Amino acid sequence: MAGVLFAGCGGGSDSKNTSKDSSGQKESSELTDFQMEHGIGPVTEHVELDDTLNEKLITKGEKIFELKCSACHKLNSRYVGPPLGGITNTRTPAYLMNMMLNPSEMIQKHPIPKALLGEYATVMTDQNLSREDARAIVEYLASEDRKE
Amino acid sequence: MKTNKMTFRSILPALVVFGLLSYGCTQKQLGSSDDAAAKVYVAPGEYDEFYGFFSGGYNGQLSVYGLPSGRHLYTIPVFSQSASSGYGYSEETKAMLNTSHGFVPWGDAHHPELSQTNGETDGRWVFINENNTPRIARIGLNDFKTQEIIEIPNSAGNHASSFVTPNTEYVSAATRFSVPMDDEDLQNMDVSIDSYKENFKGTISFIKVSDEGKMSIDFQIMMPGFDYDLSHAGKGPSNGWSFFTSYNSEEANTLLEINASKNDKDFIAAVNWEKAAQYAKEGKGRMIPGEHVRNYVDHSTGEVKSETLKEVRVLDPRELEGIVYFLPTPKSPHGVDVDPTGQYIAAGGKLSTVIPVHSFSKMQQAIENEDYEGEVMGIPVLKYDSILHGEVENPGLGPLHTEFDDKGYAYTTAFISSEIVKWDIEKTEVVDRIDVYYSPGHLMIPGGDSQNPDGKYLVALNKITKDRYLPTGPEMFHSAQLIDISGDKMKLLLDFPTEGEPHYAQAITREKVIENQTRFYKLEENNHPYAAKSEKQAKVVRDGNTVHVYMTAIRSHFFPDNIEGIKVGDEVYFHVTNLEQAWDVPHGFAIKGANNAELLIMPGETLTLKWEPKKPGVLPFYCTDFCSALHQEMQGYVRVSPEDSDVEITYGTGQ
Repeated sequence: MAGVLFAGCGGGSDSKNTSKDSSGQKESSELTDFQMEHGIGPVTEHVELDDTLNEKLITKGEKIFELKCSACHKLNSRYVGPPLGGITNTRTPAYLMNMMLNPSEMIQKHPIPKALLGEYATVMTDQNLSREDARAIVEYLASEDRKE
Repeated sequence: MKTNKMTFRSILPALVVFGLLSYGCTQKQLGSSDDAAAKVYVAPGEYDEFYGFFSGGYNGQLSVYGLPSGRHLYTIPVFSQSASSGYGYSEETKAMLNTSHGFVPWGDAHHPELSQTNGETDGRWVFINENNTPRIARIGLNDFKTQEIIEIPNSAGNHASSFVTPNTEYVSAATRFSVPMDDEDLQNMDVSIDSYKENFKGTISFIKVSDEGKMSIDFQIMMPGFDYDLSHAGKGPSNGWSFFTSYNSEEANTLLEINASKNDKDFIAAVNWEKAAQYAKEGKGRMIPGEHVRNYVDHSTGEVKSETLKEVRVLDPRELEGIVYFLPTPKSPHGVDVDPTGQYIAAGGKLSTVIPVHSFSKMQQAIENEDYEGEVMGIPVLKYDSILHGEVENPGLGPLHTEFDDKGYAYTTAFISSEIVKWDIEKTEVVDRIDVYYSPGHLMIPGGDSQNPDGKYLVALNKITKDRYLPTGPEMFHSAQLIDISGDKMKLLLDFPTEGEPHYAQAITREKVIENQTRFYKLEENNHPYAAKSEKQAKVVRDGNTVHVYMTAIRSHFFPDNIEGIKVGDEVYFHVTNLEQAWDVPHGFAIKGANNAELLIMPGETLTLKWEPKKPGVLPFYCTDFCSALHQEMQGYVRVSPEDSDVEITYGTGQ
C-alpha cells in the first residue's frame, strides 16, 4: 500500500509516467458539465476574476509564466504549444488552472486538449505549479487580454 | 562386496566434484523452492522492503539494490568518472575528484556505512571509503548523489574505513599500508624500503561530521607501522571507543603472505575516541603539515567546490595517556565487529581456527588493573586471557566478517570453507551453518552492525562466482546470495549478480529513505552562474576564444538550437539548464566529437560540457535521454568556421 501511495504522488505528466492514473476516472464522454467547462483536476469550483485585477498577482504570475511556461508558450504566436493571447476570453479561469495543474489527465480525457495534442504533437509538461502559482498566471494572462 | 564398497567410495567424491564443476544444479536445487521464490518475489509495481547499498569495489561506485528481490535499482557515481551521467566530466562535477595528487579519475571503493542516530540507521547519508588515494565520500540519500569527498592525509590504503560512531559524530579511517613518516611532521620520506621497522608508521583518523554533514579531520593518532585492516565503533556500554584490526605486527616489507603471518597474535587497537577528542579540543597533540583536499557540492549553484587544507592535528600515544590499547588477537585478524549490545567484540582471524570474542567490560577491568603483557610504541598491550569472553570453536576455515541479528546470534563468513556460520554470542557456540557459493568476504544483515539489526535477511557477498550464472567470458560479476535468517535454520533464497566487487554492503528499510526523496530541483532555487532559467535568458556570449552558450532544454527542444559564429580553436561551454519541473524527466546533451562525455541534466539543474571543435563544418547536438514522443526531434546544429573567419555569433530556435 505504501508503494502505491508513493507511486501515486509523483504527479508526473511526462510520457514516462503516464501509465497509471487513479482508477474510476471518467472517459471524456462521461465528463460532467462542470468538467466540460472548467476542466478536470484539483479546481472543482468556479473561479471568478475581479473587475479590477490585482497588480501584485499579475507581477507574480508574469514571473512564473516566464520561468515555467515561456519555453513553450508565447502570447501572440504559435510556438511549441498554442498561443495564449486571448485565452481568458475563451476558457474559464478554473479550466486554465486545471490544465496547468493536471495536464496529463486533461490531455487524456478532456476533448479540447485531446484535439490540441493532435495539432501540436508535444504533450504539455507538468511543471509542478502550486494552485496559487496557477491562479497568479491566470491573473497575468487576463491582464494581457484586457489590454487589447 | 569389499571391491564394490571401494568402487562406491571412489565414485562419490568424483560425483561431487563433477557437480561443482559443471552446472552447480545440485546446489541450486538445495536452495530453490516455491517457498524461496515466494519470499523474494516482489510483484510488478511493488517496492522492495529494503534499500541495499553495495560497494562497487574496483569500479569506484556505489550500487543500489532492492531486497529481497536483488533488483539493481541504480548506481551512484562516487570515486570514478561516469560517462553516462557526465559525473567527473562536466565542469560542475569534475572538482569532486580533486586530490592533493591532482585530478584522480578512478577509485577503489570499499565499505559503505549508513549514518546513524542513537545507534540506528537514520537514512540521512551513506559514507564510503576509497582505499587507493585515501578518501571518504558522503552521499546524500535525498538525491543519491555524492555530496562531499574528503581526502585523508598521512595515510596510504584507506581500508579500515568508513565506519561511523553511534550518532555519526565521527567517521573513522586508518592506514592499511604503513609508510615512512618522519617523527616530527609525519611527512612521507625518501628512504630505503628495508628501513621499514625504523621509519614506517601508521595513522588512525577521526573525521568529524557536522549536523549538515560537513566532514573535517578532527585528529589523527600516530600508530606503529602495522597494516590496519578494518574497524567498527563501540555502542551502548562501549560507546566512545572504536576498534581497529591490524596485521603485519611483524612489520615485514616484502612477501607479506609469509612474513606477516608469523606471529601467533596480532592486535586489535581499541581507541578511546571520546578521550582523544577531548585532548584535541583542549589543543593537545600538535598541528602538523597534512595537505588534503575537500570537495563539496554547493547546493545553491549545484557546482562542486574544492578547498585545500594544509594542516592536521596529530596525537601521539607516547605522550597522551589512555587513548589506545592493544588487544592481542589470533592470526592476522581481518574483520572486527561489535555486537548490538556493545558488550562483545568479535574478530575474524584469517588464519585462525577459532573466532575470538573479547569482552568490553573485561577490557575495561584489565585497563583499570593495568593487566598488561607489554607495550608497543607507548601503547599498552592487554593480556589476552584477561579480556577474552570466549572462543568460538570450529567456525569454518578462514573466518573474516561477522554481522548480528536481533536475537543474540552472530553470523560469520568463512572464506576458505565457503560457508556462513551462525553462533550464539553469549555461549560462543556454533548453532547452524550453511554453504555459500563461493568464498564469501563480507556479509550483511540490514542494520547488522548497528544497535538495532533487522534479523530477517542476510546477504553473503561472495568473491568467487564460477558456475553460478551463464558464463560471460573470463570475467564475471560477483555473486551475492540472500539467506533467510528468520528461523532457527538459515535458508538460501536467491542468487543475484553484483557489479564491481562489493566488499561490504549496508541496508535500510525503505521507509527511512523514500519520504525524503528529491524528485527534481526547483528552478527558483537554481543559482548557477550560467543558468538560463527561461528562453529569454538563453544566449551565446563570446569572450575572446571562450564562448559561453546559455542553453535551455524542455520537451522537446533546445534554445538555442541553431548556433553560428563558433570558430576552430574556440573553447565552447554549453551550460544546459533543464527547465522541466517534474519527476524523472532528465534531458541529455551530446555533441559530435566531444572528447569527454555526455551530460545528463536533471529537472531544474544546470550542467556544463566543454567542447573544443577541431575543424570547420556543421555539427549536430541532440538529447540522449528518450524524453517524449518527439525526443527524436530534440536536436540542433552548431556551425564551426575557420579560425580566421568573421562569421558573427548568431543563435535562436524556431526562427
